[in-house]
Amino acid sequence: MADIVLDKVSKKFPDGTVAVQDVDLEIADGEFVILVGPSGCGKSTTLNMIAGLEDISSGELRIGGQRVNDKAPRDRDIAMVFQSYALYPNMTVRENMAFPLRLAKLDKETINSKVDEAAKVLELTSLLDRKPANLSGGQRQRVAMGRAIVRQPKAFLMDEPLSNLDAKLRVQMRTVVSRLQKQLGTTTVYVTHDQTEAMTLGDRVVIMRGGAVQQVGPPQELYDHPRNLFVAGFIGSPSMNFLHAAVQDGSLRTALGDVPLGDRIRRELEAADAPRELILGIRPEHFEDAELVDEDTRRRGLEFEAPVEIVESMGSDKYVYFTVEGERASAAELEELAADAGASDFSGAGSNLVTRLSAESAVAEGQSRRVWFNLEKIHLFDPTNGRNLTLHEGRAAGALAD
Amino acid sequence: MSINATPTGADTAVEETERHATVPAQRGSRRKAPLSENKKAERKLGWLLCAPAALVMVAVTAYPIIYSVWLSLQRFDLRFPDERQFIGLENYVTVLTNEFWWTAFGVTMLITVVTVAVELVLGMGLAIIMHRTLVGRGLVRTSALIPYGIVTVVAAFSWRYAWTPGTGYLADLFSDGAPLTERASSLAIIMLAEIWKTTPFMALLLMAGLALVPEDLLKAASTDGATAWQKFTKVMLPVMKPAILVALLFRTLDAFRVFDNIFVLTAGGNETSSVSMLAYNNLIRGLNLGIGSTMSVLIFITVAIIAFVFVKLFGTAAPGSDDGERR
Repeated sequence: MADIVLDKVSKKFPDGTVAVQDVDLEIADGEFVILVGPSGCGKSTTLNMIAGLEDISSGELRIGGQRVNDKAPRDRDIAMVFQSYALYPNMTVRENMAFPLRLAKLDKETINSKVDEAAKVLELTSLLDRKPANLSGGQRQRVAMGRAIVRQPKAFLMDEPLSNLDAKLRVQMRTVVSRLQKQLGTTTVYVTHDQTEAMTLGDRVVIMRGGAVQQVGPPQELYDHPRNLFVAGFIGSPSMNFLHAAVQDGSLRTALGDVPLGDRIRRELEAADAPRELILGIRPEHFEDAELVDEDTRRRGLEFEAPVEIVESMGSDKYVYFTVEGERASAAELEELAADAGASDFSGAGSNLVTRLSAESAVAEGQSRRVWFNLEKIHLFDPTNGRNLTLHEGRAAGALAD
Repeated sequence: MSINATPTGADTAVEETERHATVPAQRGSRRKAPLSENKKAERKLGWLLCAPAALVMVAVTAYPIIYSVWLSLQRFDLRFPDERQFIGLENYVTVLTNEFWWTAFGVTMLITVVTVAVELVLGMGLAIIMHRTLVGRGLVRTSALIPYGIVTVVAAFSWRYAWTPGTGYLADLFSDGAPLTERASSLAIIMLAEIWKTTPFMALLLMAGLALVPEDLLKAASTDGATAWQKFTKVMLPVMKPAILVALLFRTLDAFRVFDNIFVLTAGGNETSSVSMLAYNNLIRGLNLGIGSTMSVLIFITVAIIAFVFVKLFGTAAPGSDDGERR
C-alpha cells in the first residue's frame, strides 16, 4: 500500500495533441479517488500513465514516495482492472487469478491458498475451473477484480470496470467494489465517465476536462460548491438548469423574473471588466410547488409561473418539466456537456426547466403552475470563462450573500 | 410440386374421414403439415442453389480424382498400350516397396518440416514487425509481400543463376564448387528458395492472428508482471493458436506438394526429387499412367492425413468455420 503523487504530469502525443496537462494530484494511502469526465478528457490516459502503460511526457509520478516515471508496469506493483475485463481466454478462472502470482514466482501452495481466499471473498469458488468464455459478464468482472486483489498490490487502478455491465448489475457491483476497497484499504484510482458512479463510490472525485483538472474534492462538495460551469453541469442527475441572465440596475433579468443580488456579487459586477451577461444555475431540487412552501421559506426565494410540459412521478417526488421563454444560456462548456450526453443536435425551442417537486404537488400536464425557487442555492457563472461568481472562499453562497 | 402433393392430400383425407375427431388431434395434424412443407421447399431451394457449384466441383475435382484412382488400379503404360490390365493394388505394392519413392518421400518430409518451421519463426517475426509498424505500414506490408508476388518459376530461375558458378554472385561468394550439383547443398538451396518465397504469406496469415489479440490483454499482462517474452508466450501465442494452426495447415499442405523450385533448380537430380517430382517423372515423362497415378493417389492420401491430423488432433478450426473456443 502506498500513496500516489502526480506532480505536474503531462502527456503530449507525437502528433502534438496534449492529452493531459499539468495534473497535480495527491492520493493518500488507502484513499479511493475517482477520475471522471466526458470521453476524451484525459482520464484514461492519466490512469495509464500511473500504470506505466503510457510514457509520461513531463512531470513526476511517485508511488510510495518513489519516482516511478521510468519504471515498467511490472516493477510498479500495481494491479489494473479493465473495462473489457481482459481475462486470458485460454486459462481457467483459477489460472487467471494465479497468473500474476505465478509470474512473481511464488510457490504453489501459497498461490493456491491466496487464490482460494480471493475466490471466497468474491464468491467465485464454484467457478474456479471454468474458462472465461463460460462466465456471465458479472462473473467475468469479479474474476478481473480477483486477479487484481490476489497480489495485494500497492494500488488498484480501475478503468471503467463496470461500464460493460447492465444497469442493475452495475449498481450491485458498485457496492461490491466499495465494500472490497474498504475491507482491503488499498489505494484505488478509478476512472469512469458516469457521474453517478463517481458520486457514490469515491472518497474524493477529480473532474477532468480537455486534459486539465477542473476540481478535486469530496462528492458532496463538488455538488454543492462547483467551482465552474463545467463541474456544475457535469455533476448531478438530472443536471443543473442553466438560464441566460442579463445584469441590469443591480439585479438580474432572467426568464424566471428579476433576481435580486446581494452586496458581494453586486460589488463584483460593478468592476469595469465584469461580464454584463451571466448564466444562472439552479438544481432541480431547489424548486418547489409554490402552494407547498410556507411563509418563512417563501421569503428566501422567488416565484414564477410557467406552463407544465411533462410530469414524471417517481413516487417519492415528481420531476416536472417546464418550458420557459427567453434566450438560451450558451457557453462552450454547456455545448460540450450536451455533446457528451449525445444531445448536441437535439434542442427544443426556448429553455427547458427540470424541477423536482414534492410528491404532494397537484401539478398536472398542460396547466400553468406557480413554482418557487431558492435564491440561496442558485449559482451564477461567467459565460466567458465558466467561473462560479457565487463561490466565496470555496463555498457557494447564493445570489443574496453580502 | 410433386413432393408436396402427398402430405397435402393426406391431410385433407384425414380431415374428411375424421371430421368429428378430437380437436387437439386435428389441430396437431394441421399445424404439422404446413411446417414440413415449408421446410421441404426450403431444402429443395437449398439444393437447387448449390447445384451449379456442386456440378462444377464434380466435373473438375471429383471426376479426375476418381479417374486417377481407377488408373492406379491398372497396369497402364502408354509405351505398351496393349498390356493395359486391371491388377488391383499391385501398383501400390510396387511403389511402396520402391526405394526411390521412399527417398523422395524422405526429401519431401524434410523440406516440409524444415521450411514450415523456419517460415513460422521468421513469419512471426515479420508479422510482429508489420503489426507494430506505425509509419508507412502500407509500404512495409507491400514490400514484405514482394517475394510472394513473384512467379515461383521466375524466382527459382534467378536463384539457379545466382548459385551457378561463373554467372552467379552467390555461388562465387559462398562456395568453390557448384552447390547445385551436390545433394546436401542442393536441398539447402531448395529450402532457402521455398522459405524466401512463402515467409511473407505466413507472415500475412499470422498478422491476421495478431490482430485477434486484444490490446487490453497485453496491458493486463504488463501490469500483472509479465516480461515481453512472457507476454508473447503466455498471452499472445495461446490467443493466436487458432490462427497459427490454420497458417501451419495451409503451409504444410503447400510445402508437401513442392515442385516448381525443385524442377527448376535441380530437376530432381542427386536424389533431390520430391514425391510430386517423382509422380511427374513417371506420369508425364515416363508415360506410365498406372504407377504415376498410384503416386498421385498416395500424395493425395498423405495430404488428407496431414489435414485430418491438424483439424482433428490439434483442433484447427477449418477455414471459414467458427474460430472461437474449441475446447
